[in-house]
Amino acid sequence: MSNLEKYDGAFIEALEVEKEQLEGLEYQQIPSWDSVGHMELVAAIEDAFDIMMDTDDIIDFSSYEKGKEILAQNYNIEF
Amino acid sequence: MNFEEILQISPYSLEKEEKEKILTDRLMELTEHHRKNCLEYARILESISYHKGNVKKCSDFPFLPVRLFKELSLKSVLPEEVVKTMTSSGTSGQAVSKIYLDRTTSSNQQKTMVKIVSDFTGSSRMPMIIVDCPSVVKNRTMFSARGAGILGFSIFGSRKIYALDDDMKLDVKGLMEFLEKYKDQRILLFGFTFMVWQHFYKELFRLRKEGIAFDLSNGVLIHGGGWKKLISEAVSQEEFHTRLKEVCGLNYIHDYYGMVEQTGCISMQCEYGHLHASIFSDIIIRKPEDFSECGIGERGIIQVLSTIPESYPGHSLLTEDEGALLGEDDCPCGRKGKYFKVMGRLKNAEIRGCSDTYAEKFK
Repeated sequence: MSNLEKYDGAFIEALEVEKEQLEGLEYQQIPSWDSVGHMELVAAIEDAFDIMMDTDDIIDFSSYEKGKEILAQNYNIEF
Repeated sequence: MNFEEILQISPYSLEKEEKEKILTDRLMELTEHHRKNCLEYARILESISYHKGNVKKCSDFPFLPVRLFKELSLKSVLPEEVVKTMTSSGTSGQAVSKIYLDRTTSSNQQKTMVKIVSDFTGSSRMPMIIVDCPSVVKNRTMFSARGAGILGFSIFGSRKIYALDDDMKLDVKGLMEFLEKYKDQRILLFGFTFMVWQHFYKELFRLRKEGIAFDLSNGVLIHGGGWKKLISEAVSQEEFHTRLKEVCGLNYIHDYYGMVEQTGCISMQCEYGHLHASIFSDIIIRKPEDFSECGIGERGIIQVLSTIPESYPGHSLLTEDEGALLGEDDCPCGRKGKYFKVMGRLKNAEIRGCSDTYAEKFK
């Protein structure tokens, strides 16, 4: 599985969304990506990549695109 | 200075004068913002003949009684901008406060809390034991104060377990496995004071007699929500600490003072037992007779100030709690700002607080 597939999979599983919804998706934009969903999403991403994110990164993680940027910059995950 | 800039300052690094200036500017900005955007708030200011020119320092800002949020629906944003509504904890039959959050306020609450708590626990996340039941966070759009507290602290948990099931029974097996798995790591425990005592401490005490012991000497417990019930059971703060240490080796225990009307700005207890206001908030102790400011050591009503609330006019509130200022800028722990203690609820005030309202059921 590619990193992008893993990343998308975490969103689809944790937030119960379709792949087509992912592009441009922002925190608090849909009911399932609320603060509870956010922690579930973080857990799913951490499991998928076997990483532990910093609290600052969890807070900055404000959109689908921003998440990729954070993972690439701070956790050496290439997309 | 806008909130983003304030957030960059270390939470306990400013001395009185510097903090006063930053806080006064920000609170002025918030007062004007709410006056423009919340009609009820504007009317209140008008009725007390508020003039911004008269405000020279933090203690000059008008304050709303905290129970006003039960009687009125106060918000400074359009209904469609509200992403989350939080309710205060109340015993059954009591009216609850409703606090309306938009994206900005909600995210600033979480950012602030992380800054404050990290100063005590470090910024790295830890395996976390939540001393509560999972159903508390079930309704996602209407958060009880209990749910909000748990969720706010969850960001510090790398792996999480709820210590209690929905019948408030200790999950002994689950906990044992969790502690075995993370035995060499620092463990974060979070819960409300009474629940920690009733469903955690008492159960561990009972289990120990049966030969089942838990080792939490690597743990750090953060708890809050009110002492009322424990005071009536004659459990002092010292005893709470000593007994928890005895039963499971828990060494680091921090109480905190906070309320759903000012989520994010909690006052954490330092290693000397003092509650500390961070630079994001402040407390003022007032005399019940005339609301003038109390001196150090003098008992009075606690007013709380917060730099966070933009979506509702809750930046300056008079609580129904009694407390006393212990000092400013000179706590032996090295943290700057005011430090204080909370004595409890005013007489005849409603019972509130996550711990106390739950404890009401145990009468």
